[in-house]
Amino acid sequence: MATATRPMSSADTVLQLNVLSRKQRSLWRDAWHRLSRNKMAMLGLGIIVTMSLIAVFADRIAPYDPTSYFTDNGKRAPTLFEPVWGNPQYVDPRYLLGTDGIGRDILSRLVYSLRISMIVGFVPVSIIFVLGVTVGMLAGYIGGWVDDLLMRLTDVIYAFPDLLFLILLMATLRGTGVGDLLGGLLLLFVGIAVVNWVGMARLMRGQVLSLKEKEFVEAARSIGAKPGRIMFRHIFPNALAPLIVAVAFGVPGAILAEATLGYLGIGIKPPTATLGVMINDGFAVFSATPWPLLLPSFMVAIVLLSFTFLGDGLRDALDPRMKI
Amino acid sequence: MPELLEVKNLKTQFFTRDGVVHAVDDVSFELAAGETLGLVGESGCGKSVTALSLMRLIPSPPGKIVQGSIMFDGQDVLKMDEDDVRAIRGNNVAMIFQDPMTSLNPVLTISRQVSEALELHLKMDKAEAKKRTIELLELVGIPSAKKRADDYPHQFSGGMRQRVMIAMALSCNPKLILADEPTTALDVTIQAQILDLLKNLAQEFRTAFILITHDLGVVAGMTQRIHVMYGGHIVEKADTGELFANPKMPYTWGLLRSIPRLDESRKAKLLPIEGLPPDLIAPPPGCRFEPRCQYRREICGTTPPELKRIPNAKTDHEARCWGTQEGGWLVNVDWRKDTGSAKELEAIKQLVAELPIEATRADASGEPPPPPPNA
Repeated sequence: MATATRPMSSADTVLQLNVLSRKQRSLWRDAWHRLSRNKMAMLGLGIIVTMSLIAVFADRIAPYDPTSYFTDNGKRAPTLFEPVWGNPQYVDPRYLLGTDGIGRDILSRLVYSLRISMIVGFVPVSIIFVLGVTVGMLAGYIGGWVDDLLMRLTDVIYAFPDLLFLILLMATLRGTGVGDLLGGLLLLFVGIAVVNWVGMARLMRGQVLSLKEKEFVEAARSIGAKPGRIMFRHIFPNALAPLIVAVAFGVPGAILAEATLGYLGIGIKPPTATLGVMINDGFAVFSATPWPLLLPSFMVAIVLLSFTFLGDGLRDALDPRMKI
Repeated sequence: MPELLEVKNLKTQFFTRDGVVHAVDDVSFELAAGETLGLVGESGCGKSVTALSLMRLIPSPPGKIVQGSIMFDGQDVLKMDEDDVRAIRGNNVAMIFQDPMTSLNPVLTISRQVSEALELHLKMDKAEAKKRTIELLELVGIPSAKKRADDYPHQFSGGMRQRVMIAMALSCNPKLILADEPTTALDVTIQAQILDLLKNLAQEFRTAFILITHDLGVVAGMTQRIHVMYGGHIVEKADTGELFANPKMPYTWGLLRSIPRLDESRKAKLLPIEGLPPDLIAPPPGCRFEPRCQYRREICGTTPPELKRIPNAKTDHEARCWGTQEGGWLVNVDWRKDTGSAKELEAIKQLVAELPIEATRADASGEPPPPPPNA
């Protein structure tokens, strides 16, 4: 066995250096690499980016004011579909996607409601993220009575029916000073955040419970790191992957919640254009013309599907067991 | 010269649902600055808990240090508040963990992890810490350290990661390094490299270290003194040379007999220690090794022996055994020739065979335990 104990020759060293000097790839870059090869996820991401851009530049893109109306010009069919739809009597070339029951331009309303939807999608989810992560982290890391207290609190909120809570909240506070802040948006944010942060908190707590037993956390404690540092520098980045997936699924949930409330007539007040309000309006004239109902419904479906595809892709990409 | 570390009557217990686990029971030892000590024993004998107790890293609850004092550099670690202990951890006492695969944070780069202690304790800014990190990585023999500092742990091999752990441990020039089975997770050739590195660096920086291992072969060339632990007790203390040449405790004999030797004939058989380590929830009333000892007498089962100086040995050689202490029946026994009573061996084997399977290991983990009585 003469070769087994051979000292490392310079040729070995060069070989080793070549192997070692591969391109550096962090875990996140690996994940992005995997995500970018998932066509559905990239399609979803592309649609989300486009929609976000439309939402940001809504006032430049929308051809008309979303709330001005001409009663004599109602129920126009979309010009875009004229060849299919036929009957030119109902088509006005000024309105690409037609007009709704009282003559508002559907395209402009869709563009503006996308802005509301994106805000409603992202702002409450940010609140949910911060709240859920903080509560879950404290409960999981400190444990003991802190854990008991926080988790019983989340149990109570979890057990309360979401929609009922939202309806109660909207019904009691709409019209009061608090309810009208930011055109009712603030109330909506708070409502959606309050019913949804518990899921995030539970997810985070579960992550922390398993991560805090890891040896690298003990190693961090052994070099004298303070609990805050351990929580946010060592544990948090390790727990991030499932949280990102939860966010990707949380955004469409919030958008859907707004649409539901809008449809029930207790969300954001008309005439502000939101997808839910538009569906509600469209439903009233559905027997005469289907467009005011169908178009916003399609929009909801597309947004939700995009986020779901992206969420699925992220879940696969961030799964450490998936190696390329 | 005052001792760097003086542990007296340390008792660490875990309060579990099944009862109180006496993981470390009345352990005392000293360590001078720059001295090296090996802590040897089988799994579950309290080696790691001793090390964690020294840094006050026992998870509490369920663990608690119930008694004793740990004087480090003239201060009692057990009487410090949390902030003072944190100032010592990583700064004056550093720890090297068993498994380099899991003791590095997978989402942080190597340089960020090594820098952490530098930033925490030496108050270096980011650039200084990074520079020092690269020096440290070079010191522990990581090729092209500058380039590799920004790599992630998964891009390093096991041996390289253990080198990184050593760099982390050395970063603040600690006075004491606790190495908890630093080579167990590595293969044999890498083990030798890592042990050499640890030994050389400790000598260079005049750092004292405690090497915890279950492998007598590992401590043989590494440490000046060896303490053998069994069932939460230290059962034998001796210089390394003395311990191998003239061991004075049947448990140590058993350990030595179970290691293959180059100078023995090929026909010689390895003799394992029969039986099971003691249940630390209800330890044996007498000597903790009595249930497995082939040299036992009546007194061993009833009265626990003390750790005492023994005849026919160097002055600082102590053992916890009735037989080898002054006036005992094993004082003049040659442990290589006399392997003890065959009758007792049969009795031990018989007892083990009769045990129900689930009794072979008292599982201390699992369900959350009740809090300690006076926490």
